[in-house]
Amino acid sequence: MLDQLLSHWNYIIVVLLMMIGLFIVISSMNLVKKLIGLSLFQTSVFLFYISLGKIEGGTAPIIITSGHGDHGSYPSHDILYSNPLPHVLILTAIVVGVATTALGLSLVLRIKASFNSIEEDEILAEKRVMKSEGRSS
Amino acid sequence: MIDWIKHLPAIIVVLPLLVAVIAALLPARFGWVLALLATAGSALASVVMMTDFMTRWAGFRMSYHLGGWAPPWGIEFSVDHATALVIMVISGLGFVATMSSKSLFANEISSDDLGRVYGAWLLTFGGLLGLVMTADAFNLFVFFEISSLASVTLVAMGGGYDKRALIAAFNYLIIGAIGATFYVIGVGFCYAMTGTLNMLDLAVRLPEVNDQIPVYIGLAFMVTGVMVKAAIFPMHFWLPPSYGHAPMAVTTLLAAVATKASLYILVRVLMTIFGGIDTLPQLILQWVLIPLSLMAILLGTILAIYERDAKLMLAQSSIAQIGYIVLGFGMGSLAGLQAGFIHIANHAMIKGGMFIGLGGLAMAVAGKTKLNDLAGVGRRMPFTATGFLICGLSLIGLPLTAGFISKLYLITAVIEAGYWQIVAIVLFSSALSVIYLWRLIEVMWFTPSNSGDGRLPEQVMIYAPLWILALANIWFGISASTITEMSYGAAQVLMGGMT
Repeated sequence: MLDQLLSHWNYIIVVLLMMIGLFIVISSMNLVKKLIGLSLFQTSVFLFYISLGKIEGGTAPIIITSGHGDHGSYPSHDILYSNPLPHVLILTAIVVGVATTALGLSLVLRIKASFNSIEEDEILAEKRVMKSEGRSS
Repeated sequence: MIDWIKHLPAIIVVLPLLVAVIAALLPARFGWVLALLATAGSALASVVMMTDFMTRWAGFRMSYHLGGWAPPWGIEFSVDHATALVIMVISGLGFVATMSSKSLFANEISSDDLGRVYGAWLLTFGGLLGLVMTADAFNLFVFFEISSLASVTLVAMGGGYDKRALIAAFNYLIIGAIGATFYVIGVGFCYAMTGTLNMLDLAVRLPEVNDQIPVYIGLAFMVTGVMVKAAIFPMHFWLPPSYGHAPMAVTTLLAAVATKASLYILVRVLMTIFGGIDTLPQLILQWVLIPLSLMAILLGTILAIYERDAKLMLAQSSIAQIGYIVLGFGMGSLAGLQAGFIHIANHAMIKGGMFIGLGGLAMAVAGKTKLNDLAGVGRRMPFTATGFLICGLSLIGLPLTAGFISKLYLITAVIEAGYWQIVAIVLFSSALSVIYLWRLIEVMWFTPSNSGDGRLPEQVMIYAPLWILALANIWFGISASTITEMSYGAAQVLMGGMT
């Protein structure tokens, strides 16, 4: 059991990061910290995908030729390649993550300018005041 | 077949995405025209595609290989009857919402920003279309995020006059990102088990490994992620504030089309990707989605009754309406799926119309949507208010409106599945929805106005699109066969994936 856990240590890190990230998003009152939590959460998924694509002893998926025949070079068959597809997917996901963080931070800037705070409890308190004063959209 | 028809799937999605960039770069005054042209183009193309589809048998599927790479290696756009129906609803309603958006934006967004706003508008629109069209599980995530990031931007545009929109947008962003990430985790598990991302390929390969736990973990993550995006109870809490504080035009677009695409993805994931695994989709539908949809129906309706802001009232009612759609899907039968698809189409017309109408009415009273502020506007703006009323009556399911057809098919499906108690709940909540609609009618027609009784100016570009939808509600209430037949085709396609 322990052996199995230790040999999958990267997945354990993924789960830990995922839980830490999700916990920060839920528990933190500070909007910037929420975004940090979200980034951690997303990063854990990136690691998960990268771990999936890795084969022990595998190399980068560039075809290695083993010799030349009459019809040009032919690929060697006894070489292990890591799966490149998860890397490509995660490249896309990283871009999405960056866009999410950028949009989130710019929203935090606007919230700071409007509410003069980035603490959720203070913002909610002001929202409640707005509601009781009957100021509507 | 004419040659260019086979390129339609790509054109429908790429056109709005390309024009989005142009609209953001050109001066702001071109924004609306460009958006109108792009949405009209997509809508027209999808009508052509649907017409082409209606002449074929339900199992027909159109496959478009992006970049010429054959699936399962390349990304595939796949169109069958279900896709074509949802694409037509989204593009058609997107076009009508765009028509009304110029007048609705006029009071709420500075005209200098309109170019970029329409950029985000078209990204939302194109993202949703791509979401429905794609047959690649990971590509789906990318389209999820394109549409959701763009719609967060649109919601945040409400921050110019109502700073609560910023909070709503921030929460929408966080929750949306978590939902999408959950979906990606699920895709990762399925990819690890099968080595493929193409949905149809997954559908073939997943049953081969259905004794493995990761498949079920993947399913749980994917379904949960999509449920967050589709605002299914109890993951709906981001929706009312986002709709309530966003600019009126944005609410119209999101309410009419955004959750519809995610609901479609939900059945796709369950019925197509996991459809080959025996009884698994049925179990989830029956034990997870039916109870949640019933709670959504009751909770959404009751919260709508107690809401004092008309915009939030309609947003809460959307939660209940999403519940009806999910309930139809939850039956897991041909009739149930058909009812779900019928209500996807009808609810898009109903809510789109109601939000456009409310926007028009609210403009006359300085953009306020509190019930007290709307006193008497019904009498003072007869054109807009009558259109709004027709959509409202369709919402509660009055005979001769599209909403009645939805309820009829839904209840028939529920009876067919033998859930008599659920019929009672559906009828009860329909009766309850009369209460909140009546509160609107009472305020708009029978309450003395705060500021005189004269006619208020009405804008053509608001009541014209509104009346298009109102008449569509009546038309599809009387001559329902168009939508019911298309939905039947869609349901047959999805049932094909099940044993």
